[in-house]
Amino acid sequence: MSDTTITSKPAALPVEEIESAVIRFAGDSGDGIQLTGSQFTTTTAFAGNDLSTLPDFPAEIRAPVGTIAGVSGFQIQFSSREVLTPGDAPDVLVAMNPAALKANYKDVRTGGILLVNKDTFSQANLVKAGYTQNPLDDGSLSDFRLIQVELSRLTRNALEGLGLSATETERCKNFFALGMTYWLYDRPMDATLKWIEHKFKKNPKYVEANHRALHAGNAYAETAEIFGHHFRVRKAPIKPGLYRNITGNEATALGFITASQLSGLQLWLGSYPITPASDVLHELSKHKNFGVKTFQAEDEIAAIGSAIGASFAGCLALTTTSGPGIALKGEAIGLAVMTELPLVILNVQRGGPSTGLPTKTEQADLLQALYGRNGECPVPVIAAATPGDCYEMAYEACRLAVKYMTPVFLLTDGYLANGSEPWAVPDPSKLQKFEKATPPPAADWKPYKRDPETMARAWVAPGLAGYEHRIGGIEKQDITGTVSYDPENHERMVRLRAAKVNKIAQDIPPTEVLGEKKGKVLVVGWGGTYGAITAAVQNLQKAGKSVSSVHIRHLNPLPPDLGDILAAYEHVLVPELNMGQFLKVLRAKYLVPATGLNKVKGQPFKVSEIEAGIQSLLGDK
Amino acid sequence: MADMQDELETLPASGPVLQAKDFKSDQLVRWCPGCGDYAILSVVQKLMPSVGIPKENIVFVSGIGCSSRFPYYMNTYGFHSIHGRAPTVATGVKCARPELQVWVITGDGDGLSIGGNHLIHALRRNVDLKILLFNNKIYGLTKGQYSPTSELGMKTKSSPMGTIDAPLNPIAIALAAEASFVARAADTDLPHLAEVLGRAAKHKGSAFIEIFQNCIVFNDAVWDPVIAKGVRDEKTLKLQHGKPMIFGAKKDKGLRLKGLETEVVTFDPANPPADLLTHNEHATTPTLANVLAQIGDPMPLGVLRSVERPALHELMTGQIDHAKKEKPADLAKLLKGPETWTVA
Repeated sequence: MSDTTITSKPAALPVEEIESAVIRFAGDSGDGIQLTGSQFTTTTAFAGNDLSTLPDFPAEIRAPVGTIAGVSGFQIQFSSREVLTPGDAPDVLVAMNPAALKANYKDVRTGGILLVNKDTFSQANLVKAGYTQNPLDDGSLSDFRLIQVELSRLTRNALEGLGLSATETERCKNFFALGMTYWLYDRPMDATLKWIEHKFKKNPKYVEANHRALHAGNAYAETAEIFGHHFRVRKAPIKPGLYRNITGNEATALGFITASQLSGLQLWLGSYPITPASDVLHELSKHKNFGVKTFQAEDEIAAIGSAIGASFAGCLALTTTSGPGIALKGEAIGLAVMTELPLVILNVQRGGPSTGLPTKTEQADLLQALYGRNGECPVPVIAAATPGDCYEMAYEACRLAVKYMTPVFLLTDGYLANGSEPWAVPDPSKLQKFEKATPPPAADWKPYKRDPETMARAWVAPGLAGYEHRIGGIEKQDITGTVSYDPENHERMVRLRAAKVNKIAQDIPPTEVLGEKKGKVLVVGWGGTYGAITAAVQNLQKAGKSVSSVHIRHLNPLPPDLGDILAAYEHVLVPELNMGQFLKVLRAKYLVPATGLNKVKGQPFKVSEIEAGIQSLLGDK
Repeated sequence: MADMQDELETLPASGPVLQAKDFKSDQLVRWCPGCGDYAILSVVQKLMPSVGIPKENIVFVSGIGCSSRFPYYMNTYGFHSIHGRAPTVATGVKCARPELQVWVITGDGDGLSIGGNHLIHALRRNVDLKILLFNNKIYGLTKGQYSPTSELGMKTKSSPMGTIDAPLNPIAIALAAEASFVARAADTDLPHLAEVLGRAAKHKGSAFIEIFQNCIVFNDAVWDPVIAKGVRDEKTLKLQHGKPMIFGAKKDKGLRLKGLETEVVTFDPANPPADLLTHNEHATTPTLANVLAQIGDPMPLGVLRSVERPALHELMTGQIDHAKKEKPADLAKLLKGPETWTVA
C-alpha cells in the first residue's frame, strides 16, 4: 500500500492551463486498453484532479483482431472542478488500429486530437475495419487534428537489444502511447513506473521493456513536438482527506464486508458467474480472512438457494447477478419473501432482454425488481447513484434486510460497476449500526409473531433448543407459521407482507433537492444517471434556468416526501436508460403528468442529452 | 450389521436421552392411507435418538412433492423449499453452520428431474448431506404423470400410449457424481432401512440413499416384483462389506464376474464356489459399485459405496482459517485498498 502526497513538477515547456479534459483510449481487446486507461486514471487521481471513467469493452474476449467487433475503449474525464461523468465528447482519441479509429472518431469533439498508430494502417487492416480507402490520407478526418505516429516501429526501436520476441515487443506499445499522453497532460510517470515494477517483479526483462516504452513515448512526444504544446489541469478543490480510486463493483463488495463486520454476522455469497456482476464474486472471494464464505454454484437458482439456506442458518446472505440471473431466481425470491428471511439480491443491470448486451449498461430491470415474480410478492428495492455510492447502498441493503427480515434488491448497472471515481476512504463508525435481534423467550415466541415497530418476525436459526420449527413456501398461518390454506388468512398474510415492506419508508431520509424547492422543471433520476443529470442541471442553473433535480435511491417503498416535491414544479422530467419504467411508477403512484427522456443504446446519458431534454420542457428550443 | 453397532457405540453422549416421540411434530400427517412414506417417517423418527446429535442441531430440508412434506412431521428445524432446489438450500445451511446435521428429503421427480442438476453437484462437492430419495416411479402430488424413473412404455395420465422417455438409474447417477456414500433400501424392510439410514447418519460427506417407496394411489405395487414378501429373498441381494455376494432363501445363489458382466450361479450352500464376488464398499474406485448399479436381478440393496473424502464445509472452513492466519482481518486497511492519496 502506498500513500502518495501530491507534489507538483515544474514544467519545462509551454503549458496551456485548461479546466478539464476528456481522453479515450481505443484498440483491439488484446491491446491492453483497459490497463492503459486504469494507469492513466491512477496517475490522474494522484495529480489531484477529480475524475470519472467509462470502460467500454466487447462481449467477446478476443474478437477477430482488427475488426470493429473487437474494439475495446476506456474514457476518462478529469478536471480542476467537480467531475460527474466520463464526459460527452473526447478531446483526445488514442486509436491503436483502423477499427478503433473508425468505431470512435465520430465521438471526438470538432478540432480534437486523433492520435493513431500509423503502422497498423495496412491494406489488410483497413479492409478488416471496413475501410475502402485509407482515412489517414483521404481528407475524411479534416475536422480533427490528426497525429500519426509509428507506434509499433518506435516501440521496437526503443526495446532493441532486450531480446524480446516480436509479440512481446508489440505488447509494450500501449505504454509508449501512455507515455505520450502523460507528456500531453504534463503528468508525472512515477506511479506507472512503480506499478510496472510491482507487476513484473518476477520478470526484470518486462520491467525494463515497459519502462523503456513509457519513457520513449514521453520523450518522443516532447522532442518530436508533435502536439506543439501541452496542457495542465490543476488540482480540483476536493474535500481534504484520504482518497482511493474505486469501481462500483469493488465498492459494492466492500459495503457487504463492512455490513458483515459491523453486524457480526458471517457473510455468505451464493453466486454464478455473469457479466457485469462477476467482479463482486471475485472481490468477495479474495477476502476470506474476513470470514466471507463464497460459493460458486452450479447455476443461478442454486446460488440463491444456497443463500436462502445460509440465511435460514443465520448468515448475512447475498446473491449477486445481472438481469438474466434474476429471471432465473424469481421463484426462489418468492420463497425468501414467504419465509421472511433476510437476503440481499444484487442486480448489476446490463442491456436486455435475453442475453442482450452483456457488457453494456441499461436500467431496464426496474420493473422486474418491483414486480417480476408470481403472486403478490413485494420486495424492497434500492439503487446506487455513483460508483462510490455502491458502498453505502450495499450496506443499506444489508441493514434493511436484517431489520425488516426481507429480501432486498440492490440495483446497480454496468456503468457504475466498471466505472470508477476517486472515493474518500470511509469511516465505518459513521454508518448506522444494525444487528440480529435476540428472539424473545421461547414461551412468548412464535415463528411468525411480529415486532410491532418493524413488523419483522424473529430470526431464529437452527441450534437454539426449544425453538425447533419448520418454514417453507406454502402459505403460512399468521403468527404460528404452520401451513394454512384458509382464504381469510391468505389475504391477511398478503396484506401483512406488503405492509411490512411499506414500513421501510420510516427509514428513508428526507429527499435532497438540488436547486430551488419549486419552479418550472424537476428532473427525477435514479441509479447510475446521477452524474449526467446533476451536471446538466448545474449547467442550466448557472445559466439562470428554473430547474431542480432529485435522485431517488429508495425505489420501493418510495420516499414519503416525494409526492409533495413533485407537486411543486410545472414539469417533471424522468431520464432513464429504458423505455420509461420509473416514469410509469411515478405516474401511477402520484398521478403526475411526468415526461420521460429515454435512451436504450447500451451507453450512459451524455450531459448534453439531458440538457436538451430539460430545455425542450422549458420551451427553450 | 457389525459396522453400525460399532459406530453407535462410539457416539458422543449428549443431553437428555430422547425418544422417537420427541421427534414427532404437532402436525397431522397428511399422506394417503397406506403410503410408503409413513413407514420411512417412522423409521427416521425412531433412528434420530440414536444418532447422537442434539435435536436443535438437526435440519430437514425438502423440495416439492409428496415426500417433501416430510420436514413438517419432524420436530426438528425444517425447511420445505421449492421444487428441486432442496440440495441448494441444504448446501447453504450445512456450509454456513457445519455443526448442524442436514437431511434432504426428495423424490424421483423433485431430485432427478427438476432438481437433477443440483443433486449431482451436491454429490460431487461432497456436501455433508443425508439425501433420501423416495423413488416411486411416478409424480404423486400432481396426480399421476410419469417421472424420470418410470419404466419405458408405462401408461400414465400424461402418457396414455405409454412413455417414450427412457428412465434414469438413480444409483448410477450418484456414482457418476462421485457420491462418497451410496445405498439402497426399501420401505417394506424396516430394520434394513434403519440400518442403512444409521450408516448414512454417521457418514461424513454426501450420503445418497435411494428408497424404493410405494405410491398406493398412482403406482401401487410398482416394486412388488422385487420386494414383495414371496419373491424378495430370490430377487434382492443384501450387500455386506467383506462378504461374498450370496442371496436366496436357502443362500444357494451368488454373483460372480463373467468378463465385464455378472452372472448368477446356483450352488450347494454348504459348499459355495470360491470365485463369488466379495463386496467392498471402501474400494477407492467406484468400479465394483458401478457393476452393481447395473444389476436389476437380483437387485442389490444396502451400501454400495462408502469412501472418505473431505466434505465441502471442511474445505471451505479450512480456507477461511488459513486466510485468517495469513492476513488478520483489518477493515480500515481493506477500505484503503492498494493505493491511496491524501488531499491536503
